[in-house]
Amino acid sequence: MTLRKSVEVLTGNYAVAYGVKLARAEIIAAYPITPQTSIVEKLSEFIENGEMEAEYIRVESEHSAMAACIGAASAGARAFTATSSHGLLYMAEMVFWAGYSRLPIVMAVVTRTLAPPWNIWSEHTDIFSLRDAGWIIFMCEDNQEVLDTVIQAYKIAEDPRVQLPVMLGLDAFTLSHVASPVELPSQEEVDSFLPPPGATPRSFTMDVEHPISHSSIVDPDTTFQFRYLMKEAMEEAKEVIREVDKAYSRLTGRRYGGLAEEYRCSDAELILVVAGAAAGDAKEAADMLRDEGIKAGVLKIRALRPFPVEEARRVASSVKALLTFDREYSFGSGGVIAHEVKASLYGFHKQPLVDSYIVGLGGSEITSRHFMEAARRSLEKVERGILKPGEVWLLPPEVKLGGVPW
Amino acid sequence: MGVVTAAELLVNAALREGFYGQSIPMFGPERRGAPVVVFARVSDRPIRLHSRVEHPNIVVVFDHRLANFIDVTKGFKGDLFLINAPSLSELPKDLKAFRLASVDATEIAVKLKLVVAGWPVVNTAMLGALAKASGLVSLNSVVSAIKERWPGRIGELNAEAARRAYQEVLVEVAS
Repeated sequence: MTLRKSVEVLTGNYAVAYGVKLARAEIIAAYPITPQTSIVEKLSEFIENGEMEAEYIRVESEHSAMAACIGAASAGARAFTATSSHGLLYMAEMVFWAGYSRLPIVMAVVTRTLAPPWNIWSEHTDIFSLRDAGWIIFMCEDNQEVLDTVIQAYKIAEDPRVQLPVMLGLDAFTLSHVASPVELPSQEEVDSFLPPPGATPRSFTMDVEHPISHSSIVDPDTTFQFRYLMKEAMEEAKEVIREVDKAYSRLTGRRYGGLAEEYRCSDAELILVVAGAAAGDAKEAADMLRDEGIKAGVLKIRALRPFPVEEARRVASSVKALLTFDREYSFGSGGVIAHEVKASLYGFHKQPLVDSYIVGLGGSEITSRHFMEAARRSLEKVERGILKPGEVWLLPPEVKLGGVPW
Repeated sequence: MGVVTAAELLVNAALREGFYGQSIPMFGPERRGAPVVVFARVSDRPIRLHSRVEHPNIVVVFDHRLANFIDVTKGFKGDLFLINAPSLSELPKDLKAFRLASVDATEIAVKLKLVVAGWPVVNTAMLGALAKASGLVSLNSVVSAIKERWPGRIGELNAEAARRAYQEVLVEVAS
């Protein structure tokens, strides 16, 4: 390996900030919350010392942060915010407003557990709970992907076929505060990939030459029509995400598979389906399982929205079992990825076993061992001919299930 | 936090030598003087794991008094145990089974007036000692990483701390 000048040791949060700077965002509006704060601290530092030409709007809440981004994006500016956990839910009303307004805002969500009990560590319930807000949602595996996804996010959000906001999730601490080498593309490289702010025509921004009315009351059928257009845009986004990933790889040599990355899936008998930082641990587990003679692969869910239905079907067509891993839970229903995968496969000709594993809630550690244990359990089921889908909560061995913890 | 910065500097130094690295700070109820744990990985290939290090090859303890009330060798594989202590005789007996290295980083920091709010800043000295005792990274890379982090006089002082510790660290072979 040769040392490249553009490689820096960055935390996930700093990788976000460098990405936003390289993407030439013009408006930053954010309210601090652990573990997001160092993203906007770094951005304010860039602006303060003249490295970045942007307006930093200080707001009194996350709700106002998103409202400010909506205002900025409505006027055609490139806007960014970041939040986490309670901040995201406090912002929720405006998150839907941004999605339904079709504004290409980009937001980083440092995924953090919702309280109570009070907890600052990673869980995906915060970001997954806003999956119906009309935003494209990415989950990142490592700090390099975080930086690259921020840059890609603006390209996707502003594509005339899409015009939807994008949020990207990075695991609290596991990515946000972990430092690792990140290759920074040059400003020239990013400029050649991402047009300058305002260069791409938008249908939903304010324009004095072509005035349109915003957010006024309309009849039900017009609203219905708007929703249909959003659905169409979200479908279009699938191809745009794949195209942008390819174009970005021509620029940097790095590819993430578009909506989902398939790792050692082509000859796999069993596939681990996972989103977020633990995807790396899952890949290590797949390698170790193969050393034991179990042909394992990983389907990394990069886009939760739009969901990679086609990719899930493709990998399912030749395997005995799909194992989903959810770091969040929909009470009364189950793991979100488990549902999405099952829904993707319904009516499809090949139906492998789909087992759901619940892992890492409240920031509980996820290791390669979790994936290996799950693989052995599900394979044993398959060998015994049991194809009924199951749900297993993989807690650390020292934690007992059931009863109160005191 | 000295130990968190030290781990980031180690990753920076490793990067300079063509390695990949990752520093994982453990956050929780932060308060000055409380024990803080950080993990670091250095590898010749990209690091995909994000879980904590359960079986370290190397343990570095920034204050020898910690060994009296924390299990500092939990999961330890036993390649190298480096500790900031006035001498190895101060250490609990059960540590003697490992390849031990010690350095008086506190004294180095105090002599260089690397003291913040009354607390000797020992992290850069410990990095210098680690470079020597482990051979993982060179002193040059450690010094470069330090100077990149703190340009000017602060960087010079910290680089000097690393150099002194590099020279003064004592490495013992387990008996």
